[in-house]
Amino acid sequence: MLRVLAWVIRRDLRLAFMRRSDPLATAFFFVIATTLFPLGIGPEPGLLRSMAPGIVWVSALLASMLSLGRLFALDFADGTLEQMVLGAEPLPVIVIGKVLAHWLVSGLPLVLLAPLLALQFDLPAAAIGALLASLVIGTPILSLLGAIGAALTLGLRGGGVLVSLLVLPLVVPVLIFGAGAVEAQASGSDGSAHLLLLGGLLAGTAALTPWAGAAAVRIALE
Amino acid sequence: MTLQTLRLACVRGARELFGGLDLELGAGEALWVQGPNGSGKTSLLRLLCGLAAPAAGAVHWCGRDIRHLREDFHRELLYIGHASGLKDELSAAENLRLGAQLGGRQGDDAAVQRALGHVGLARASRLPAARLSQGQRKRVALARLHLPPVPRLLILDEPFNALDRDAADQLSAALSAHLALGGIVVYTTHQADALPAQRLQVLDLQALAARRQRPC
Repeated sequence: MLRVLAWVIRRDLRLAFMRRSDPLATAFFFVIATTLFPLGIGPEPGLLRSMAPGIVWVSALLASMLSLGRLFALDFADGTLEQMVLGAEPLPVIVIGKVLAHWLVSGLPLVLLAPLLALQFDLPAAAIGALLASLVIGTPILSLLGAIGAALTLGLRGGGVLVSLLVLPLVVPVLIFGAGAVEAQASGSDGSAHLLLLGGLLAGTAALTPWAGAAAVRIALE
Repeated sequence: MTLQTLRLACVRGARELFGGLDLELGAGEALWVQGPNGSGKTSLLRLLCGLAAPAAGAVHWCGRDIRHLREDFHRELLYIGHASGLKDELSAAENLRLGAQLGGRQGDDAAVQRALGHVGLARASRLPAARLSQGQRKRVALARLHLPPVPRLLILDEPFNALDRDAADQLSAALSAHLALGGIVVYTTHQADALPAQRLQVLDLQALAARRQRPC
C-alpha cells in the first residue's frame, strides 16, 4: 500500500516537472499578488505591518486555488482515473498520494516564498516564524479540502471557477486561524493557540479527505 | 470462476437502455456485446467492471457482489476502455510501466519491453506518446494484455478500433489463447468474427430492448 502511495507521488511529481508552467504560475501569482498590495496601499510601514498576515494568507489561498482544477482533471480526461478506480490498491490511498504530490508542487513553494515576501511588509522575525509555521500546517489543508472540491467538479463545464466557489468558503477557518497566529505573534502575544487549532483542522481533514475524495471520484466517473 | 449479472438494468436520463439482463460467463467463455451506437454497450461494460452503479440488479464475480469485493475483484480484472490512459509527455514504455504498477502487475523493464514487442512497438518504446499515431496508441493500451500475470477477466471496449489487419489478427490470437487458458473475455466490436466461435456468447442489446418493449 505504501509502495503505491510512493509511486503515485513520484508519478505526479514527474508529470508536474514535465509541465513546469503550472507550479511556476502558482508561485508567480503568489509573489505578484502579495507585491501588488504595498504598491496599492502605499509605503506606510505601520499599516503594511498590520495588514501583512491577512494579505499573505489571502494570496496563498487564491494561489492554491489556481492549480486545483488540474489535480484530477488531466487523469480524468485521458482515462487514467478510470484505471486508478479499477486499480489493485484502494482508491483512498491514490487520492492521498495525489494530494501529497499536489501540496509538494503547489503548497510547499508558497511556504518557502512567504518569509521572503514577509520582509517587504517589515514583519518582525517572530511573526515571520509564525507565518512559516501557519503556512506549513495550513497549506496542506488547502490541498486536502481542494481535492474534494476538484473531484466533485470533475467533468463539469467551468469547473475551475466552480472549485473556487466550492472550496473558498470551506477554508475560511484556515484563513482566520492562519492569519490570526501571525497577528498574535506580531502584536507580542502568543500565536500557538491558533497554530494548535490549525493542527486540529489538518488532522480532521487528513482523516476525512481520502474517503470523501475517493467517493467524489467514483461519483464523477459514473 | 464465473461472472454473473442478475436482472441488471441501466438507465440514462429517463431512458432505460436495457433491463432485466441475466448473463452467466464461466471459465473459457467469451461474450460479444453487439448493438448500434447508443444502445448501451459501453455502459454495460462499465457496469460489469464496477465503474458505474447499476440502476437495478447486480454483478457477481464468483458468487459475490463486485461492489463488496472491490480491490479483490480489480486484481482479477483488466479493463481497456475508449480512453487510452496514456500521458502524452511520457514514453510508451513509461506509460505501460505506470499502467502495470497501478494494476499491481509486473512492471520491470524486461516485461514492459516484451509486452511492447508483442504489439510490434519494440522500436517505438522510447517515443513520447504524443508522437504516436492513433493505432500505435491503441497498441500501447493493448500491450497491457501481455504483462504477466494477465488477469482472468478481460473487459475490452472496441479493442479492434484503429488497429491494422495484422494487429487485429494478433489481438484475436492473444484473446483466443487467453480463453484457452480458462480466462473470460467480454468485448464489443463492429468487426465480425473477431474471435473463433466456440464458447462465444453473443448479446445483442437492440434485440434485448425490443424484446422488453413487447413482452409476450
